[in-house]
Amino acid sequence: MGTRTEVLVIGGGSTGCGVVRDLARRGVDVTLVEKGNLTNGTTGRMHGLLHSGGRYAVSDQASARECIEENRVLRDIAGHCVEETGGLFVKRPEDDEAYFQEKLQGCRDCDIPAEVLTGAEAREREPYLAHDVEKAIAVPDAAIDPFRLCVANAVDAEDHGARIETHAEVTDLIVEAGEIVGATVRHESGKGPREHGIPGETEDIYADHVVNAAGAWAGRIGDFADLDVAVRPSKGVMTVMNTRQVDTVVNRCRPKGDADIVVPHETACILGTTDEEVGDPEDYPEEEWEVDLVIDTLSELVPILQEARTIRSFWGVRPLYEPPGTGTQDPTDITRDYFTLDHAERDGVPGMTSIVGGKLTTYRMMAESITDHVCEKLGVEAACDTADVPLPGSERPGDIEAAMERFGLRSPVARRSAQRLGSRTEDVLASCDPNPVVCSCEGVTRAEVQDAIDQAGTDLNAVRLRTRASMGNCQGGRCAHRMAAELHPEHDEASARAALDELRAERWKGQRHALWGEQLSQAMLNHALHGATLNEDGDPARTNTTVAWDAFDDGAGAEDENATEATDASDTEGAHGD
Amino acid sequence: MAIEDDVLVVGGGVAGMTAALAAAEAGASVRLVTKSQSTLRHASGLVDVLGYADGDLLADPFAALDDLPADHPYAKVGVEAVRDGLARFDAVTGERYRGGHTDRNALLPTHGGAVKPTARYPASAAAGLASDERDALLVGFETLSDFDAPLAADHLRAADVPFDVRGATVSFPGTPRADAKVTRYAHALDGNDDEERERLAARVARVHDGEPRVGFPAVLGEAHPGDVRATLADALDADVFEVPMGPPSLPGIRLEADYERALREAGVNVVRRPVVDYEADGEHLTAAVVERNGQHVPHHAESFVLATGGLVGEGIDSDRGGVREPVFDCHVPHPADRYDWFVDERFGEQPYPRFGVVVDDDLRPRDAEGRIEFENLRAAGSVVGGADFAAECSGMGVSLATGDAAGSAAGADTQ
Repeated sequence: MGTRTEVLVIGGGSTGCGVVRDLARRGVDVTLVEKGNLTNGTTGRMHGLLHSGGRYAVSDQASARECIEENRVLRDIAGHCVEETGGLFVKRPEDDEAYFQEKLQGCRDCDIPAEVLTGAEAREREPYLAHDVEKAIAVPDAAIDPFRLCVANAVDAEDHGARIETHAEVTDLIVEAGEIVGATVRHESGKGPREHGIPGETEDIYADHVVNAAGAWAGRIGDFADLDVAVRPSKGVMTVMNTRQVDTVVNRCRPKGDADIVVPHETACILGTTDEEVGDPEDYPEEEWEVDLVIDTLSELVPILQEARTIRSFWGVRPLYEPPGTGTQDPTDITRDYFTLDHAERDGVPGMTSIVGGKLTTYRMMAESITDHVCEKLGVEAACDTADVPLPGSERPGDIEAAMERFGLRSPVARRSAQRLGSRTEDVLASCDPNPVVCSCEGVTRAEVQDAIDQAGTDLNAVRLRTRASMGNCQGGRCAHRMAAELHPEHDEASARAALDELRAERWKGQRHALWGEQLSQAMLNHALHGATLNEDGDPARTNTTVAWDAFDDGAGAEDENATEATDASDTEGAHGD
Repeated sequence: MAIEDDVLVVGGGVAGMTAALAAAEAGASVRLVTKSQSTLRHASGLVDVLGYADGDLLADPFAALDDLPADHPYAKVGVEAVRDGLARFDAVTGERYRGGHTDRNALLPTHGGAVKPTARYPASAAAGLASDERDALLVGFETLSDFDAPLAADHLRAADVPFDVRGATVSFPGTPRADAKVTRYAHALDGNDDEERERLAARVARVHDGEPRVGFPAVLGEAHPGDVRATLADALDADVFEVPMGPPSLPGIRLEADYERALREAGVNVVRRPVVDYEADGEHLTAAVVERNGQHVPHHAESFVLATGGLVGEGIDSDRGGVREPVFDCHVPHPADRYDWFVDERFGEQPYPRFGVVVDDDLRPRDAEGRIEFENLRAAGSVVGGADFAAECSGMGVSLATGDAAGSAAGADTQ
């Protein structure tokens, strides 16, 4: 016995979330399945740049035009996910002047607002730019929170009747008489939000049409029906700094190359990146040279990066695609454009369309295009409105100030909450009184954590992505156990403990790439807190060991505490009988 | 006027303060230079000697000391130094610490609900011992997210402690601001200006079901913890204990006050400034150079103790290129590739916690070729490599043993 839906979307990245929102808003019954958290694959593992299009203004003007168009749309519909940082294309003395001029002309050709700044003007805007930076082109690049964006799309889809299943991995496509009619899905812990301790189950989901939006994993989905979807995953490193050395997106103005962008993001800056084709999107080396390369190369633009503290590094894989036979050798040369593969037309296997390639900035446009395609197949005539209707959280920008007034949180904390929650600020903060801070690095309060738990179940990594709790300098060293405590008593102690250990492991994974200087000191402090003060490594409940309790000091034989209790440190000379 | 002492201790943590006290007892004039607050407020305030060997929980740490590897700091100083260090600690803390009546480890509940082995514990935590079979109530405060009492109680039950334990959450009287520091709670209870102690007791009484002991997060006063506990205990007719917590730690802050008083009484001159350089005559250190309002001032001494701490205390520093000891530039062995400083498993055999200087049996740092760095320099505490104090639960014990040994030897050399 299976379940039925009109359209099954595979993949909870920006494309899948965009498609599920668009379909749901057009009245289509749609289900989205994602094997991890939303943004688990590529979307959650990028630097968070909302392109102005400037980056493609020389090499790919069609993409550049799409970028600036969607850049404007997202500022409108997703204001609470976007920070309007602006961007600079910075030229150093050794960078080619002719390319600088081409870049400027390209921006103008593509209607990307572009203004030339002298080196002095650029440094006035960004004081840490190198003193020998000659000039720069200012463009409307921005920073975007991909997770917040995807969650907002998913929430809007749910509000329009969609079903969203995370931690639900497609293990097979169901093919009947040469046609794809659905997928077999493995739920890690039952249907609905993830719950530790609940056994997994399998579900067959039948659909009139399947959309393969699995990004770098799209080839694997294709394999289930012997379809060749030749995605070429390419890895890149992102190194997270502990503070914002720049408040503007800083790009190197040269044709192409590794390590050419710094994106300010919330409390941090993210340095990127490298570009190396990998065989397996889940199993590839995360290498020391990549971290060194981004720090050393970007220090040419922003010299203080050389000695600054990094708190972790992470890697993502681009889901690059090029039509069969193109044969590009260098992954940096593969187009960033997207392709819709109708398997009925292409392979004679009806029932599924794959969407591959593309980039976050144009996710909505991609989603609109594939939704049009699917609606045509289904005979649905409703029009797309996703470019005009704000996402949940971005509807009423004016509400934020009012909410900050009402909630007597220290104002920096309230401001941070409001930035994350947008027009949901008041609803969320009103749900919890008192509302203590859980994560002090990022200023995340109990109300936000509880709100995220309502959405995400016991998955603290999903709570982290929704709230930013545990993403600051201490990398959860001081707050992860507080986040876990928020699960209890709705969820039992064993679940809270399993969720904590999972979050700790995830935080450690990225920090390994930042273990020198202050972050190595931080890691040692965390090690001491977790290993000694909390003794999580020796915890009998975790190690499943039986303790011979009566072999240890039970207090018998010590002085009777109550007899000496009146003495206080400050009121006594103590006993100094050397 | 030249600054000249018999012994100069660099570093103001437990190791440095212990070394200063030991040297002073030997009759030396002692100056202690420390650049910042000690890391005691980061620590739980418990004194661990050795909780685990080869991953096994130890009931008697002393029985296991002889079997430690030769590069372990305990192996350098020997078991008697461990006992001497503890004796000095007991003298400093007097009745405010327990555990000295037995060689056996105690198991204390952690604020996460696990238990941990330790050798000395604050009197304020004594009624919380996990080997005590009396039932317990744990009480948390709604606004204090660091200690969730019902969760900790459930966790202790999962650890199969030999008593029944329950947790309850109450609101702290006066409802502290949502992001109040833990010291706010302590100061409110110290001052008792609005009868916070009595009002808290009344709130706890409503959830208290006759358990003979009641545990609280370790915020029960900074200056008057005994009085705070006594008021609560009288009102509840139960023993009251604190559950040690992470930073900032009130037991750690109180312990710091104990040590500062002991240093004053011993006549140790404490200078709160950074050491930025040193002066030496060949292998003989002559001065540590202290920065004072932008001036570099040599502090001369006959004998020196390096007790600047490990990676947390910044006694050991690193960058992408390597690991070093920044004050006297003593040799710190470490793998050349920084990706060999750690292992992937978080609680695996981690190399980085063991980073530190290499010492001989007299605690004198050695260079890469095994030669003494300076004939009149000893090292103590976490700056000495070879032990993962968090994994084996030996924090503070190593500092006491090596601090006592280094300070006694330095003091004796000058007399």
